[in-house]
Amino acid sequence: MALDIQNIRAQFPALHQEVNGRPLVYFDNGATSQKPQMVIDAITHYYSKENSNIHRGVHFLSQQATYKYEAAREAVRRFINAGSIEEIIITRGTTEAINLVSSCLARSLFKTGDEIIISAIEHHSNIVPWQMACEQSGAILKVIPILDSGELDMDAYRDLLNEKTKLVAVNHISNALGTINPIEEMIPLAHAKGALVLIDGAQAVPHVKVDVQALNADFYCFSAHKMYGPTGVGILYGKKDILEKMPPYHGGGEMIKEVKFEGSTYNDLPFKFEGGTPNIAGGIGLEAAIRFIEELGVENIAMQEADLLAYATEKLKAVGGIRFIGEAKNKAGLVSFIMEGIHHYDAGSTLDKLGVAIRTGHHCAQPVMDRFGIPGTMRASFAVYNTKEEIDVFIAGIKRVKLMFG
Amino acid sequence: MTIQEIQEEIIDEFDMFDDWMQKYDYLIELSKDVPQIEETHKVDENLIKGCQSKVWLYATKEDDTVRFTADSDAIITKGIVALLVRVFDGQKCKDILKNELHFIDAIGLKEHLSMTRSNGLVSMIKQMKFYALAFQAK
Repeated sequence: MALDIQNIRAQFPALHQEVNGRPLVYFDNGATSQKPQMVIDAITHYYSKENSNIHRGVHFLSQQATYKYEAAREAVRRFINAGSIEEIIITRGTTEAINLVSSCLARSLFKTGDEIIISAIEHHSNIVPWQMACEQSGAILKVIPILDSGELDMDAYRDLLNEKTKLVAVNHISNALGTINPIEEMIPLAHAKGALVLIDGAQAVPHVKVDVQALNADFYCFSAHKMYGPTGVGILYGKKDILEKMPPYHGGGEMIKEVKFEGSTYNDLPFKFEGGTPNIAGGIGLEAAIRFIEELGVENIAMQEADLLAYATEKLKAVGGIRFIGEAKNKAGLVSFIMEGIHHYDAGSTLDKLGVAIRTGHHCAQPVMDRFGIPGTMRASFAVYNTKEEIDVFIAGIKRVKLMFG
Repeated sequence: MTIQEIQEEIIDEFDMFDDWMQKYDYLIELSKDVPQIEETHKVDENLIKGCQSKVWLYATKEDDTVRFTADSDAIITKGIVALLVRVFDGQKCKDILKNELHFIDAIGLKEHLSMTRSNGLVSMIKQMKFYALAFQAK
């Protein structure tokens, strides 16, 4: 179904403004998306009328806030088709979700000589936590190399897997290149060797339908703010039996059953991993963001973005002097590229003055840039509210940059 | 000219432009005037690494003044580097240490020194002052 983009755009107040005297063209959605009015309203309404601490109060507001926060958890469960709400841990974001798993497994599962596999196209947040876990546990980090196309070298992956492999952590979609990784194929291969699998889904959830049960991933992490929701809230999905075996993460209120100075007992799932007062407004905002996506339909969003990707790729090719970084066959709605002989900082700063917001630099994925022997790229990443007319403005800006710096 | 006078001169120059593209075109022109750092000095030791673009800076003492040479891999950055060098090059150590740079804000280039850009320019100003301090102590 083709979406009514103008109607969608009307729901995003931040899109309707001028930047440097030009209408804003926002192509930095891979970093964070703009927020629809219904998300903003949900947060405003919570702080205006419902603010209260959750799970403990016997009074009306507390019960109301608890009800809404837990409704958000249920919405997430439905959104990714998890088996139960006990498997939905609400975190500060993808980064905290990954750190939770790496920290807890470093203290329980990983032993000296064990192996953890990541890939060469991971965001720093899916590299550093595993390096820290290796330091702590004596496990060894292994890296799946990538091909020139920006796709994972699957033969190398098969070769890396062995009986010592305890966990495989890869992203569903690469933030730097847009590669959609074949996780449906990778997960069973890891399981066959007895390894757990964590999927960093931060770039995937707003663009593709995710069914954690069909995927059979052990952990799946994502952030609300890249899917039209607020910052500071994210999700760790984990299989119940695995989460139950893991030690807790942050100690504090909420996560305990009973506290005595001789020792404490921990709460049941999912609360065992949710010490302290959470980002309640964030959770409620996430629920609204899920409603926004579900009303449009993830498949329809994906189609719109694929259309934009094809158009932008064609137009950029026509400009000439553009080298695409990441040309995977299966790619999400972003273009990462360099302009021959032109520094991304010059290009990005100039586009900014033309009202076009893109990302420049290493995209928190320095090893990817090293792999291609470049300091950084220019990245335009699309969301459902972007249009071909905006791509035309962007292309005109690129041509201007080429004239100025080429 | 004093540091203050050079800053006023730069502000006057940029006053002529009424749009950003003209300012950027001028920075591109200025980038060609940077006293070029010698290749032998273009080493990691003299690299001020920013998240987005790199700046190399080298200084020598000449009587009681400081002479700067520099370079950058990005042209806009290099244009701003040219301005910084123009203000401080050949000035006395004590004057470099004493004077604040208000021209960057006045010509609307402050964003290039902001935290999000982190292109090494803030560190470059610190490094220029550090050279002045070190040479003064000698």
